[in-house]
Amino acid sequence: MNDRIRKPAAKEVLLAHGSGGRDMHQLVEGLIVPRLDNPLLAALEDQACLEINGVQLAFTTDSYVVDPIFFPGGDIGSLSVHGTVNDLAMSGARPLYLSLALILEEGFPMADLERLLESIAGAARENAVQVVTGDTKVVHRNSADKIFINTSGVGLLEGPRIPGAVGVRPGDKVLLSGSLGDHGMTILSLREGFRFDSPLASDSAGLWPLVEAMQKAAGGSIRAMRDPTRGGLATTLNEIAARSRVGIRLEEAEIPVNESVRGACEILGLDPLYVANEGKLVAFVGPEGADALLEALRGHPLGAGARCIGTVVEDDRHQVILQTAFGGSRIVDMLSGDPLPRIC
Amino acid sequence: MCLAIPARVTAIDGMMATVEVAGVSRKASIHMLDDVREGEYLLIHAGFALSKVNEEEARETLRILEQMGGLDEGSLG
Amino acid sequence: MKYIDEFRNSELARKVLKEIHDLADEPVRIMEICGGHTHVIFKYGIEKMIPPQVELIHGPGCPVCVTPLERVDLAIDLAWRDNVIFTTFADMIRVPGSKSSLQREKARGADIRMVYSSLDALDLARDNPDRPVVFFAIGFETTAPTNAMSVLLAREQGLDNYSIFSNHVTVPVAVRAILDSPDVRLDAFIAPGHVSLVTGSRMYEFMADDYGKPVVVSGFEPLDIMQSIAMILRQRREGRCQVENQYIRAVTPQGNPLAQQVVERVLEPCDMRWRGLGLIPGSGLKVRPEFSAHDAEHRFDIGSLPELEDPKACDCGNILRGAKMPWDCRVFGKGCTPEHPIGACMVSSEGACAAYYNYGRHNLAPR
Repeated sequence: MNDRIRKPAAKEVLLAHGSGGRDMHQLVEGLIVPRLDNPLLAALEDQACLEINGVQLAFTTDSYVVDPIFFPGGDIGSLSVHGTVNDLAMSGARPLYLSLALILEEGFPMADLERLLESIAGAARENAVQVVTGDTKVVHRNSADKIFINTSGVGLLEGPRIPGAVGVRPGDKVLLSGSLGDHGMTILSLREGFRFDSPLASDSAGLWPLVEAMQKAAGGSIRAMRDPTRGGLATTLNEIAARSRVGIRLEEAEIPVNESVRGACEILGLDPLYVANEGKLVAFVGPEGADALLEALRGHPLGAGARCIGTVVEDDRHQVILQTAFGGSRIVDMLSGDPLPRIC
Repeated sequence: MCLAIPARVTAIDGMMATVEVAGVSRKASIHMLDDVREGEYLLIHAGFALSKVNEEEARETLRILEQMGGLDEGSLG
Repeated sequence: MKYIDEFRNSELARKVLKEIHDLADEPVRIMEICGGHTHVIFKYGIEKMIPPQVELIHGPGCPVCVTPLERVDLAIDLAWRDNVIFTTFADMIRVPGSKSSLQREKARGADIRMVYSSLDALDLARDNPDRPVVFFAIGFETTAPTNAMSVLLAREQGLDNYSIFSNHVTVPVAVRAILDSPDVRLDAFIAPGHVSLVTGSRMYEFMADDYGKPVVVSGFEPLDIMQSIAMILRQRREGRCQVENQYIRAVTPQGNPLAQQVVERVLEPCDMRWRGLGLIPGSGLKVRPEFSAHDAEHRFDIGSLPELEDPKACDCGNILRGAKMPWDCRVFGKGCTPEHPIGACMVSSEGACAAYYNYGRHNLAPR
């Protein structure tokens, strides 16, 4: 897994380039980063850590294009707050301020816009952040799908920054805050062509309280933290393994997945490891701090289902390998494009 | 080929049944099966039921599996 | 999940594994025909659990993998026809034709929609009466009845705008072609359990009777496959050569007569080219003339298609027949990867090459 990243071979942008997996990595690392070339960007964490006159700030941005825009467990509005808050939180920064940019399709119902703004306001309050600046654009019908949202966020590093992928080393433990696949399967269940009924709901949530609790418990042991969104846990783990030049060994029996997510994945032939999450974090922690950190996670409702799901090992091939509950093992590779349902 | 999942019938409406796996429900065609009842398990492929799951035979298979691997063991102890 | 979790039980796995170890003496080469079985074998790492003298050879039962280039090209052509809504199982969306794929063409603006079931395509036909809806009907004998049923339903419901692009392939003819190949050495077969729901287990008797190969019809959970391996080894140990049914909870000797009748009514045998294997006479199914109004090739006046060869570097033909292993191919993992597949075996996640590449690379030890 140490191929030099090449430019994407495709002549056109494909949906796969935004799916969080291998194709997207090629686009970012092969095309975008080289052009913008600077060490802050090259670190390719979910946020940039800036030092301005001795003050450490975290800065991040994210765009939200989810369809449908309303779903059980949230909407594109609350998602746009949670997602950006989480990107800041993953570095150990306290999220403080957001910008909010709206791109609206002509004809978008005003009532829906109001509903989304209520949702954004509520999510901001719950997560103790303020939306301090914004922008609104309207484009012609069919030039955007209902509404696109971009939020950028600024957070304050009150203590040391969580080191990031470079800090991960063999022997570290992998902690997961809760069940996989809730968000992605909820969205899929509402999509034309794949609809099904279920008690599924998105897990969209702001994770700063979890991070704060973990930092208080054993902050020094936290090497890296990520929220596994698009591309799922598998993609995040592969990113870390490649960047840290280590291998990861997972225990399937320890990985929590809700029954209805399992059911939906069985029907459609999908693997929960590759399905998006919007309210979960995965942390790489020094073994000495693992118990305390797990307890800190479990002490909060958002982390009640937290488990230690694996270990970091030496591995020149930087592979993520899953020990199945059944007994055998398999590689968990980086995704190629979107996870797609299958009938075969 | 071929992904087919055992799902439980929760409702029947003519030639379509509502089937459920771990709380997830979809409608499936039962055009190609006779005498489908609520509570039965059907194998669903691409939205169509192709066969029923026979409970007794399933148990028989598990029973056979339970018996395996023991014969040549040191059961002398 | 009932009838799923019980057949993934690790304690039972240990028992069956012991049985397999006890029964395995001389080397044996077992082909699992079905791509779905290949997928399960890799998902659970079964190949590495069983003793090395039991070798699993991955067969051509992947309808996605074997759809020939020219028919993928035709699918793309149909998708661009005037006002067409082209519907497909998601499995086909990334398969490369000679120049492009459905996914690429979707990016260019063709109205290509993924569905879970042909019933969803019928819904689209109902909701869009002014637009032709074409359904990319692929599959073996498991899927053929469902696709055929959609044609009957379209006729019944007056959905004149609905047609299927038929790309059905059948198992027995293809298996015979493999068994007749001089360079292939296979000792036994794991037969596809879900094809057998429709066809019945009797269909495989010719393999035991004419070719002297034991066959076990297997379910799709990992315990099913392991039990099937144990049953094959026991047949060999006891000098038997039979068709046995491991999947007794779902498969019967005669299969599903209603499903068979539906296929018989709507489809008829035809010659079919298989990607990697070439022409296998009588191995396909096409829409009967009586239903030509719902046959996309008739409706859109498709003549004969060019026979496009696979790229020269591609060794899929040998791999699909079990004559070679993925790592024997010059381009495996180099020019040919899941992101940029050259041949049939890499295009689908259950093709042998894709399976090895995605799931098994860490133990790639040629035996």
